[in-house]
Amino acid sequence: MIDARELRKVFPGSGKRGSVEAVRGLSFRCRPGAIYGLLGANGAGKTTTLRMLATILQVTSGTATVAGFDIVDEPEKVRARVGFLSTATALYARLTAREMVEYFGRLNGLEGDALKRSVDNLFAALAMNEFSGRACDKLSTGQKQKVSIARTLVHDPEVMIFDEPTIGLDVMTSRAIVRFIRDCRDRGKTVLFSTHVMREVEKLCDHIGILHGGRLLAEGTLEELRGRYGENDLEEIFVKVVGGEQ
Amino acid sequence: MSAREIRVVYRKEVTEMLRDRRTLISMVALPLLLFPVMVLGIGSLATSLMGNAKKEVPVVMVAGGEDSPRLMATLHDSDEFRFEPAQPDFQTQVSEKKIRAAVVVPPGFDAAEQSGAPQTITIDYYEGDVNSSLAADKLEKYFDKLRDDTVKQRLEARQVSVAVLEPFKVEQKNVAPPEKVAGATLGGIIPYLVIIMCFTGAMYPAMDLTAGEKERGTLETLLCSPVSRTDLVLGKYLTVLTASLTSAVLAVTSMGISFYYGQNVFNSGLEAGEAPMHLQIGLRAAMAVLLMGLPLSMFFSALLLAVSLFAKSFREADSYKTPLTFAIVIPAVVSMLPGIDLNARTAMIPVLGTSLVGKELVSGTYHWGYIALIFGMSCVYAAVAIAVTIVLFNREEVLFRV
Repeated sequence: MIDARELRKVFPGSGKRGSVEAVRGLSFRCRPGAIYGLLGANGAGKTTTLRMLATILQVTSGTATVAGFDIVDEPEKVRARVGFLSTATALYARLTAREMVEYFGRLNGLEGDALKRSVDNLFAALAMNEFSGRACDKLSTGQKQKVSIARTLVHDPEVMIFDEPTIGLDVMTSRAIVRFIRDCRDRGKTVLFSTHVMREVEKLCDHIGILHGGRLLAEGTLEELRGRYGENDLEEIFVKVVGGEQ
Repeated sequence: MSAREIRVVYRKEVTEMLRDRRTLISMVALPLLLFPVMVLGIGSLATSLMGNAKKEVPVVMVAGGEDSPRLMATLHDSDEFRFEPAQPDFQTQVSEKKIRAAVVVPPGFDAAEQSGAPQTITIDYYEGDVNSSLAADKLEKYFDKLRDDTVKQRLEARQVSVAVLEPFKVEQKNVAPPEKVAGATLGGIIPYLVIIMCFTGAMYPAMDLTAGEKERGTLETLLCSPVSRTDLVLGKYLTVLTASLTSAVLAVTSMGISFYYGQNVFNSGLEAGEAPMHLQIGLRAAMAVLLMGLPLSMFFSALLLAVSLFAKSFREADSYKTPLTFAIVIPAVVSMLPGIDLNARTAMIPVLGTSLVGKELVSGTYHWGYIALIFGMSCVYAAVAIAVTIVLFNREEVLFRV
């Protein structure tokens, strides 16, 4: 479960650049076994929100509970229960695929048989054994993405946070990621997903939040949004929501 | 703070470090190869060039002496020099290195010599040119011998013993053991090189583990883990320290071996009567210098980690390298200047104090008070630098600097 309450983030200015309020009092709730899609244009505040929930960034005000732990007071406990995947979370080039996943298993407290079992299961499930001993910088984009997925899953987190995970990927790799996200939901995990690709939201999300200028302007299921804005196409709904604000 | 988590981070960082070519070059190859190349390579070359210069029969011009046939005949009988016919621009020819030196004989030299009137022969040479200086030395020795022979002949003619000229002899005798002699010779250079190696060994790993991670996007991946940021910093810090110390230990080992063999190379080119060179460093002195290098390595590792962490890319971190290197090299060089002594004030200055005490240690002098002070101060500097790195690692404007 993710329960965000009045989340706010201000980046202090430096030099001629003034401070930027990237997220302005954001509140929403994601349930286990469902996918919540944060939809927004570039600069809407999606990445900042997800980074705050994953406790990579500190909040300026407000708070959230993730898997029952407060992101301000217990960030390390939150991180132990979150799998965070984005195109910015890269792999260690000089480690092999297996070393990479094992390293994150150890960082998450796994050792010995428990670590081996978890890594073996993931490598078998994601068909990674063929390249498990290859250095990460020698892997194809698809293989790298599989290693990243295994890295986020190695400690079997309750909450999965995906920040535009398909950006820049080819069709086949994107499909694999989408399948993986759906799979996480089916296994009862809480899934928070950010994107600006409308089709992915339509295909995946049980609940949608439209973010613009750091504010949540609309929220609901796809059907609820269609009914509220009188449009069938999500892109038209998005433009109406965002345009209204402008 | 968790020892287990620090160990996990350290193990992974060391694995990656040992697979990085740049780090291996700065941590292993450079300290291992620098000294053999410097001492044996350049030493052998210098010895061989000096040997060739000494064997050379220098080309010399004699200006004047037309009215002194006796001196001229004696000179031309010598096979130590090759004489060129005198030309009026002999000084220009020395400056242009066309001839090695010129002898200027004063008018009426033979006649004055017979009458006993004092005369001065001048040798023109090019100061700074080894071949010209060697030719001038050779000429001076030749004329000294000629003068001594003349005196001897005159004394014999007057039936006076030559011994009157030398009522007693004076000899110099070294009583210091070879290690101490080597310490005095190499006192400044060894601590300097150890300091530089501690620094260069830490440089690339520090940049790779911070700015390099930012640039490659792995820092954000790492920050997703539940490990505390303090533990992440300490794991990385210990990795950089390992590299720095490895570099220093390899440097001292390689230096000891190179100087041991280099001593034989240098001394093989000595002529009879020349004092042999002592370059062997004692094991105790080497260990003492390394021990003093330990807190300095700790300081350098934390300093480099903090500076590199601030940089947003490897390239930016690389640009901080040059001013930092100067900041380290300058106090190390200052310590080698005459008149800069170890005292309470110099002991407090980072690098300078270690360099000065290292000089004393190499020559076998142990000022325990200063050793404790410098060791303690270096530890304090290291602790401050580590604390700054931990603070920086907790500041998102540093971690996500764009």
